[in-house]
Amino acid sequence: MNAYAKRLLWPVLILLALIAVNIVATGVDFIVPSVNDDGRLGGAFVNILRRSAPLLLIALGMTLVIATKGIDLSVGAVYAIGAAIACQTIIDAPDQTAGGLVLAAVALALAATAAIGAWNGVMVAHFGIQPIVATLVLMIAGRGIAQLVTGGQIPKVQDASPFTELGRGAFLTVPIPIWIAALVLTALALLTRRTALGMLLESVGGNPEASRLAGIRSRGITVLVYLVCGLCAGLAGLIGAANLGSADANNGGLWIELDAILAVVIGGTALLGGRFFLLGTAIGVVIIGTLEDTIINVGLSSQWQFTAKAVVVFAVALLQSPEFRGWVLRPLRRRPEAPAPAQAEEAAS
Amino acid sequence: MTAPTLTARPTRSKLFDGLTRYVPIGATIGLLAALYLGGVANYPNFDNPQVVAKLFIDNAPLLVVAVGMTFVILSGGIDLSVGSVMAFATMACAWLTVDAGVAAPLATVLVLAFGTAWGLLVGAVIHYFHVQPFIATLVGLFLFRGLTLQISATDVSMREIGFFQWGMTHVDFGEVRDGGFWLPYLSFVAFAVVAVAFVVLHYTRFGRGVYAVGGSETSALLMGLPVARTKIGVYAISGCCAALAGVLAAFATKSANPLANVGTELDAIAAVVIGGTLLTGGAGFVLGTVAGVMVWGMLNTLIAFQGNLSSWWARIVMGALLLAFILLQRVLARSGEKRRT
Repeated sequence: MNAYAKRLLWPVLILLALIAVNIVATGVDFIVPSVNDDGRLGGAFVNILRRSAPLLLIALGMTLVIATKGIDLSVGAVYAIGAAIACQTIIDAPDQTAGGLVLAAVALALAATAAIGAWNGVMVAHFGIQPIVATLVLMIAGRGIAQLVTGGQIPKVQDASPFTELGRGAFLTVPIPIWIAALVLTALALLTRRTALGMLLESVGGNPEASRLAGIRSRGITVLVYLVCGLCAGLAGLIGAANLGSADANNGGLWIELDAILAVVIGGTALLGGRFFLLGTAIGVVIIGTLEDTIINVGLSSQWQFTAKAVVVFAVALLQSPEFRGWVLRPLRRRPEAPAPAQAEEAAS
Repeated sequence: MTAPTLTARPTRSKLFDGLTRYVPIGATIGLLAALYLGGVANYPNFDNPQVVAKLFIDNAPLLVVAVGMTFVILSGGIDLSVGSVMAFATMACAWLTVDAGVAAPLATVLVLAFGTAWGLLVGAVIHYFHVQPFIATLVGLFLFRGLTLQISATDVSMREIGFFQWGMTHVDFGEVRDGGFWLPYLSFVAFAVVAVAFVVLHYTRFGRGVYAVGGSETSALLMGLPVARTKIGVYAISGCCAALAGVLAAFATKSANPLANVGTELDAIAAVVIGGTLLTGGAGFVLGTVAGVMVWGMLNTLIAFQGNLSSWWARIVMGALLLAFILLQRVLARSGEKRRT
């Protein structure tokens, strides 16, 4: 069992426990996919995966950013901007069902969100601004920009437009959002683990200056990573908007940046940078999605979601803290390392 | 056999030393004056003193939250939970007085004590377990929004509770028609918080400690400063301020909305940074934060006077200002580094 598998052990166990709770509460149907009348894959768990696709895309981008010791708070706002641009472009056109129009709208939205991501990257890499501060600017202003794009309205795309297929359609019976998320996950995993890019990312996260001296183009890589993160957020916004058939600049993707960071942390990527686990992030996203359904399935009101998430963040943060683990395990370890006053002092200072 | 690196005068950061440290706050005050004069020039009745007084009525809760945030940011941390804590405090006031029948003054004290206790807990987790402030306060953001929604998913009115009429009782300074203005008691509460924060930050040992910890935690520790007490203290202050802001919001609206103050933490952080406080900690002023909150209020007032602009312009302009101030801080820091070498 290598270190990689060991890292994934806890998230997988938590996910299995959550699934077990759901099976007890609602029966085996929870996990077994069914085929709907229209030939699409359905069932509770498939729906969780389908709804989690936007969060997964954002969390993947966030994983890469966090690997370089950064953070991107603006993804929720970028999600809203991507959704707003695509929907507004489509409803401004005379014929909403034209395929070329939808392609153009999607391309325009993705180009804009990639540019926003690159802007964040330039602020971090070239102006030397802390990531949390640099992306805070767009977190505050971004939803206002989305509001400007839509003119304060919520643009509604006709159900007949091929755009909605992006969120509701299916290819080979599997919902399209799942395809997109899986493709992006595979592409990023191959790109970072089969080429040197992943190692370069971890190197930049460990020490950007040392990496630069070692001949790595730190700044270029940092900009690239934020660009990918913005692109992922825009794509997530497109899927979310296509699923609803509308773009809500105020509430679309609200707090999705926090969920994404939570998923990354659950997946075993340290916020300190220098290490990342894309597969762990994917499991973290599914855990969050399953958690939301679990709350309903065990008969609690949906308002418990927030409280449950708070508990998860708290538990994960404490479990990842070496000081906390030392503090909790100290009574158990007393016998093997009896003279441990130094450790006690460290915890108390 | 001399070792110049050991005998040379230790270089110390010139960033925000001397007059340079007044540049950001000077820019903020200039901006504020420009916004006000621009309003006076373009809109009739903008020169009415009540326009300025209204800034301190509408933004009293934000001012209190931002003062608490100033302490946290000065110490090098961040507190994302204040918006949710504020909504929870308002809702707890309503729940304790309307449903549980607790006397309103006692309920207020309980809410403030709870906010402080939560801040102490978060501060302890951040300091002793080295959990990042961002993550530790994220817990509060989710937890208190959830608890608030669980108390009530709809608005709760507090109109029947006499105590909550107190906050909007106002003091008149001359007739409004003849160029006078009025301020409610809750604005005076906010002023009192600013005054206390000013004295604590600039004239007490604790305040010096906050700056020292924000400048360099390791140096503060090596100097023998009580780092633990300071770091836990700033989160307790922030929690207390957020709870107090929730109480002020209860005074102002006499109702509790479970979805109130989503995003207030961002407004507070923006106000603090625009007020000239360094987001990395160690440099800044409480009075700058007051100016930052006034900029936010002035932008909203201008949009209200203009009449045909979306309120979203305030957020966009605030984001642009934030960017400008961050870049200004970088330029000052770079020039400081150049002078050193």
